[in-house]
Amino acid sequence: MTAVLETRGLNKSFGALQVAQDIDFRLEAGARHALIGPNGAGKTTFVNLITGRLRPSSGQILLSGEDVTHLPQEARVKRGLGRTFQINQLFKGLSVLENVALAVAERDGVGGDMLRVAGARRAVAEEAYALLERLRIADDALKPVRELPYGRQRLVEIAIALGLNPKVLLLDEPAAGVPSTESAIILELIEELPPDIAVLIIEHDMDLVFRFARRITVLVQGAVLVEGTPGEIAADARVREVYLGERGHV
Amino acid sequence: MILSGKSSLKNAPAVEALVRRHRLRPIELLPWAIAVAAYFLFPGYLALGSQIFIMVLFALSLDLILGYAGIITLGHAAFFGVGAYTAGILAVQGWHEPISGLIAAGIVAAIVGLVSGLVILRTHGLTLLMLTLAIVFMLNEAANKAGFITGGADGLQGIAIDPIFGTFRFDMFSRTAYWYALAVLFLGWAFVRLLVHSPFGRSLTGIRENVARMHAIGTPVRRRLVTAYTISAGLAGVAGGLLAQTTEFVALNVISFELSGAVLIMLIFGGVGRLYGAFIGAPVYMIAEDELAKADPVYWLFWIGLILILIVMFARGGILGLIDQALHQIRRRRK
Repeated sequence: MTAVLETRGLNKSFGALQVAQDIDFRLEAGARHALIGPNGAGKTTFVNLITGRLRPSSGQILLSGEDVTHLPQEARVKRGLGRTFQINQLFKGLSVLENVALAVAERDGVGGDMLRVAGARRAVAEEAYALLERLRIADDALKPVRELPYGRQRLVEIAIALGLNPKVLLLDEPAAGVPSTESAIILELIEELPPDIAVLIIEHDMDLVFRFARRITVLVQGAVLVEGTPGEIAADARVREVYLGERGHV
Repeated sequence: MILSGKSSLKNAPAVEALVRRHRLRPIELLPWAIAVAAYFLFPGYLALGSQIFIMVLFALSLDLILGYAGIITLGHAAFFGVGAYTAGILAVQGWHEPISGLIAAGIVAAIVGLVSGLVILRTHGLTLLMLTLAIVFMLNEAANKAGFITGGADGLQGIAIDPIFGTFRFDMFSRTAYWYALAVLFLGWAFVRLLVHSPFGRSLTGIRENVARMHAIGTPVRRRLVTAYTISAGLAGVAGGLLAQTTEFVALNVISFELSGAVLIMLIFGGVGRLYGAFIGAPVYMIAEDELAKADPVYWLFWIGLILILIVMFARGGILGLIDQALHQIRRRRK
């Protein structure tokens, strides 16, 4: 079976600092995969390499078997790669609905149309609204994003990514910065994600990781320490050492 | 699929609001009503009127890139000037037909916009600002040096324009100029209005609001910016061409840092990113300039400066922003 996302021998250095070392990684359709590791392990770097915000020093990135290593971000998005950001990256002055509608329009390839008003495509607005309903933020559809509490803004992040109809969804610490009372809602929504999407979640919160993931990759100092099922990871002595070495950071 | 079920509320108000946003509101016709009325009310000011329309169009072209796409520039007069010289030189060299001359002004300015945009839009912030300045300085010097064709520091003289459609002769009372400039402005406005409400225009707003997110939803960001810059340059060129044709003279100051700054000030006066900021700011600036220069011919720029300071410190949304706030207050009190 072809992986929807694969990296082969991925390396990235900033000067003498190697932030990604020979990372081989596979994600299959419908995967529920978590990427964990102590602070500074290179998790976000790995995400940025996959999405094309950073160029690898060497190695390959493939989406559904196609080499995208040298393609720009937008070309990768067109091939089914959606993401959320660790820190919200939203259109704060625009309404919640329009935040999502922009993504839907780009996905449909009509984002650059000039000679028709955006409102002429009702389907775009309806689809965006339906997504807000799914994520239970439709009540805020007309509010500018900046007026929403941070936790609800996190949901807009996810709605935008889903608006792209991704085959692969990268969730970079989806519950970061959200009070624990609200993170339960986020987790619930993540569990409801369509089963055919391959989801890679980067997360600090171990409860969330072990509840959600069917496989876990542990990244330490830019390299894969171990990969396995949650049970294997929990029992792995090296993983314990890394985390205990961090003095219960988790 | 993500969308297994369609929205349960087919006619959700939010959806309606989004698909109806582009609809014309009656207030949007007000500037045109005023422009038509002004023709009859102030027959002695038609020359000033046509120049105001030209500056509105110029400021409108700036709003597209500054207000919507968030490209900060101090060199927008480069395109205005290229348009003015294109239309002027064509007429001096024997091509007197106005409409084709105006189209040529727009096309040449758009080409200059495209070429410079491809280079400078790789940069951001201060670097970009400096590059826009550099381009206007370079073009100004080029126009100065190419005196054999531009007239250099003496200005381009001997422009003769045929009657529009072979019928409407440019007259000394600027009647034809007034309607001509107004008609071109109307077309320019209709085009920009369509553009800012189109998915393309919305994506420019998205780029202004958060460029990282636009990349992450698959937008070819730089291509959009270069396209917007090219269109804006073309419109600025049309405005410059109009000035050359209606005044039958082109001076070096059409390609200048001063004019770039002045159009920026006009837009800030009116309100940036609101489509109608140009319609308020340009007339206010030009009428203020006209009146202040009469009252105080030496120091009128002082007063313009003072107004600018007050606006950027206390009314970031410009005059339109103030009106918005006032309306908001009134609505609140009613509640």
